[in-house]
Amino acid sequence: MSLPLGRFRRRQPVVAPSRLSGRDLVEESLAGVLQRPGRSLLTMLGTVLGVGAFVAVLGLTSTATGQIGKSFNLLQDTTVTVNDIGASQQADSGNGQYDFPTDTDSLLARLNGVVAGGVWWNVQLPDATISASPFSTSDAASSIGLFAASPGALAAMQPTLQSGVLFNSFHNSRGEHVCLLGAPAAQLLGITRIDNQPAVFVNGTAYTVLGIISNTQSLPQTLLGVIIPSATALKEYGPPSDNPAQALIHTRLGAAQLIARQAALDLRPDQPQLLQAIPPPDPTSLRDAVNTDLSGLFLLLAAICLVIGAVGIANTTLVAVMERTSEIGLRRALGARPRHITLQFLTESTALGLLGGLIGTSLGVTTVLATALDRHWTAILNPVTVLPAPLIGALIGLLAGLYPALRAARIEPLDALRR
Amino acid sequence: MTPTVLPATEAVPVVELRGVAKSYPGPPDVHALLPVDLTLAQGDYLAVAGPSGSGKSTLLNLLGLLDRPTSGTFLLSGVDVAALSEGERTALRGHRIGFVFQAFHLIAYRTALENVALGRLYTDADRKERHDAAKEALRRVGLGHRLHSLPTTLSGGERQRVAIARALVNCPDLVLCDEPTGNLDSATAASVMDLVEELHATGITLIVITHDPVIAARANRRVSILDGRLAEHRPLTVPETA
Repeated sequence: MSLPLGRFRRRQPVVAPSRLSGRDLVEESLAGVLQRPGRSLLTMLGTVLGVGAFVAVLGLTSTATGQIGKSFNLLQDTTVTVNDIGASQQADSGNGQYDFPTDTDSLLARLNGVVAGGVWWNVQLPDATISASPFSTSDAASSIGLFAASPGALAAMQPTLQSGVLFNSFHNSRGEHVCLLGAPAAQLLGITRIDNQPAVFVNGTAYTVLGIISNTQSLPQTLLGVIIPSATALKEYGPPSDNPAQALIHTRLGAAQLIARQAALDLRPDQPQLLQAIPPPDPTSLRDAVNTDLSGLFLLLAAICLVIGAVGIANTTLVAVMERTSEIGLRRALGARPRHITLQFLTESTALGLLGGLIGTSLGVTTVLATALDRHWTAILNPVTVLPAPLIGALIGLLAGLYPALRAARIEPLDALRR
Repeated sequence: MTPTVLPATEAVPVVELRGVAKSYPGPPDVHALLPVDLTLAQGDYLAVAGPSGSGKSTLLNLLGLLDRPTSGTFLLSGVDVAALSEGERTALRGHRIGFVFQAFHLIAYRTALENVALGRLYTDADRKERHDAAKEALRRVGLGHRLHSLPTTLSGGERQRVAIARALVNCPDLVLCDEPTGNLDSATAASVMDLVEELHATGITLIVITHDPVIAARANRRVSILDGRLAEHRPLTVPETA
């Protein structure tokens, strides 16, 4: 009965090959990592610092530049101007051109995102005399300008009234002879109160002063001037000549770019090329410019930390391999193949890196949040940089573990067990 | 008969060495083990005695598939191991051979149960089965009450019992004990050997390597080794092994 099995056994496996499932591998490796928690923590330190610095630098940079973009100029971010380029091209011919429709105010107001908008221009009158009495020709008043503005433009200027009221669409549509005075202009003209219904005379034509404006957010040059309704200006003095009209639009926060794209077509669907809308600088491009300058150096530091972390993990894993030589020999005697040993130590170093990466990411995010809270900023964390950050740690661990793990696999069970 | 399972007939010896020798290339060549013929049947209990440097360890390494002989044929349960690849030898070692070392080689940070289950880790995919087998093996060596103790909290005798349980957990064909009592005091050594013999009584094939003649005398077959030369003693008191 004793068959010479040795003869035909060759192509048949004698026993099932050694195995190690992923779950068992992870379990064995975690037991290895956790056997010396203190040392594992110290080993992770480099990775913790590296990944933490990486996340914190990127997070702080995006938060800070976000803040710069936000506070850069809230006003500028919400202001769109529309230039009458049709009129600019015609300026040489001398006869004024005016390409804004008469219902510009309501056309702009219907756009979603517009708070207020309208047309204004500087009325140029040769030898204009502006005074508080019909016959006075005071030198002081010669510096006072004359501006035409629609009620919408007036609202878009965001004026602060010192006294009186603003003119409205009623005054504008009827071409009433009313005006507003900037506070400095009022002082020059000697007008201090409006309850006695003073008038300003422009080349002898009387304009009833409705109100005095102490300050405006846009177009501060109007403070040293007399503002009359645009329809009145058109009726009295014709279209603007040297300085073409401009539309001023005050938008809601974030809507400026959109309104700039829509304005020309909305106002002149027949000839949009006559108008050109100027949006405020795009905050995103501004932010990117700041980003590149600031973070380069810090990212370099983070990279150095990661290299130090990798060296730390490699070193500790190598020491662990030396220390656990007899364990490796034992595992080999119990049926582990060299690749099982390699995988175990690789998994251990990768787990160390991953844990370090997770702790580092948490610390980095905490730093960004704490800074943002302290400065009352909005923390901005890009998921594209934060979410893969722990994986950077894992990758570092994997690379650092390669040499020790391959070395562990070369340990002969024979030598290892003799210890 | 399935191709992967060998017939467990008594006719197939567990160990069959035919002219197995090991030498290390010189100059001068070192003949660690001169050609040996040795056959162990199922249930044999062999003691290998000899001073250190005599070639005991070389024989153990060859028997444990930790080393390859320079010449000769080694059949383990009828399988010629010389023809196997390193991976197959590793698998065969894991499945068929249990080791008990002088230094115990327990993993200090794992519990007794985990240490014993490790003996099956690379051969058995079923976790529950591994743990059940480990519990059973620990009960068999009388440590059913210390399943979750760490080796550092165990006495020397208990540690060696855990190591023996680990050697048994895979139901091996052959258990190799390398100086199993070398690190133990004589009273503990005696109790460990009592356990070894109890296990032998259940049909396990045992090889105990020792330099202690008292331990060697307890086996039912004895060989001594000196300068790489193996000689079998015919025990006068136990004639049935002849």
